[in-house]
Amino acid sequence: MQNAIEASGVSKKFGSTTALDDISFTVGESEVFGFIGPDGAGKTTLFRIITTLLIPDEGVVNVFGTNTVTGYRELRKNIGYMPGRFSLYQDLSVEENLNFYATVFGTTVKENYDLISDIYTHIEPFKKRLAGQLSGGMKQKLALSCALIHKPKLLVLDEPTTGVDAVSRSEFWDMLSKLRRHNITIIVSTPYMDEATRCDRVALIQAGKILVVDKPEIIQSGFSRKLFAVKSVMKHQLIGALRKYPETITAWPFGDSVHLTLRDNKIDQSLYSFLEREGISDTVIIETPAGIEDRFLELMNKPE
Amino acid sequence: MMEDKVIIVRNLVKKFGSFVANDNLSFDVNRGEIFGFLGANGAGKTTAIRILSGLSRPTSGEVMVAGYDAGKEPEMIKRNIGYMSQKFSLYEDLTVKENIMLYGGIYGMKLAIIKQRTEELLERLNFRDYANRIISDLPLGLRQKLAFSVALLHEPRIVFLDEPTGGVDPITRRQFWEMIYETAAGGITVFVTTHYMDEAEYCDRISIMNDGKIVALDTPENLKQKYKASTVEEVFIKIARPDRIQS
Repeated sequence: MQNAIEASGVSKKFGSTTALDDISFTVGESEVFGFIGPDGAGKTTLFRIITTLLIPDEGVVNVFGTNTVTGYRELRKNIGYMPGRFSLYQDLSVEENLNFYATVFGTTVKENYDLISDIYTHIEPFKKRLAGQLSGGMKQKLALSCALIHKPKLLVLDEPTTGVDAVSRSEFWDMLSKLRRHNITIIVSTPYMDEATRCDRVALIQAGKILVVDKPEIIQSGFSRKLFAVKSVMKHQLIGALRKYPETITAWPFGDSVHLTLRDNKIDQSLYSFLEREGISDTVIIETPAGIEDRFLELMNKPE
Repeated sequence: MMEDKVIIVRNLVKKFGSFVANDNLSFDVNRGEIFGFLGANGAGKTTAIRILSGLSRPTSGEVMVAGYDAGKEPEMIKRNIGYMSQKFSLYEDLTVKENIMLYGGIYGMKLAIIKQRTEELLERLNFRDYANRIISDLPLGLRQKLAFSVALLHEPRIVFLDEPTGGVDPITRRQFWEMIYETAAGGITVFVTTHYMDEAEYCDRISIMNDGKIVALDTPENLKQKYKASTVEEVFIKIARPDRIQS
């Protein structure tokens, strides 16, 4: 089976800023593949290269075996791209936008309707409304419909869930899961670590480099130490106290607790006594499984 | 922890014509508390925050913020709150120092005090080397720390944060929450609005709005227990069900 994307040694600079630094990865056909990293990590630059909109300074990207630089004309027919910024025509209606995108790609809405029907039915009651007047969740559904209307083999979604509320976000991922049965390869970027579990595989990306590529559960299990969740009402004092404890390697706030790693990987009475001497007596400590974000932190801290 | 209430809301109603954006809201926020204010798009959060920050008047009900009445003394409220948004906070083409001076001026602080606070702030953030750098040259993490400090420059009693850690790397994010904890431990109330439920997990208490009403208000832990959920995200999806088509 052919890979959907093969990237090797991809680098891109803008002036003195290195956006991508020697990136290599492959995406299999029909995979849902996530690029997870903060703003400025290089996600958008990478997606522009994959979608043939930008030429890398170094390295090669092949999409379905076709080079993105030399074969861009051919590839564009097979790629659906949803940029991070809402980029539909705000002064055209829902229906007009969809027809426009279908026509540009030499097809009709009718021909590929089955592909978008799950998504489009949510907004169809508003098909006469101008795109600029839609709510965030509806814009997102329309943009996705437009990116799919020419039946692409590769769907590229740049931060589709940024600024969208939790309910719409969850619905969006459900829609992506349903697209699997149409054999579409999907790459999606997000700054939100918790979305990793909705992907088959993810690449953690930071400062233009890929830290790791794997299935989310394998990335999580790669956490190298035992992880403890420490709770106290006095969070601020707790973080300070834990960092003073001689056995501590890392202590980071994490939701309602502080995630702690220790040199000898075990909690003993001396920690409780230490915290009590620091004036924190309500401590509760449990061992906790590491998540993607814990692993991301660990990889970021790893000395080069 | 002191139990002073810095926000008191009783039976707040805000209507736009016949549309009820805030439908009889009542809640309190304590001094030094980190309070998460959540809701789906269109639930009425923005309307409520505009009232709490003195930008809009309630149609009826009582709203006291930092000891001032949002219906009668909105200008006093504005002087006693800070605001920071992840999307916009600092002027990108001004230097670090210029931004601090500008905000100090906007808040009506005396020049001598602005100068003194600027020095303290640069020292505390370890920002000496950046003082004359233009904001757009700074990494996102540093910008965010500065934006937060600037929002606190005039020593407000409450600071409003809109998606404070969206899009930042995990280390910066934690450093930012540590600043928030420190601020709250110092007695300033931190009022957080966000779409990201994992940010809500960091708050002392959260409220969830739906259709103009507050439908849940408790600590993240109690809400998770009550709704038999393992994350705030699950709680949110269970109770904040906006009309799926209108969304």
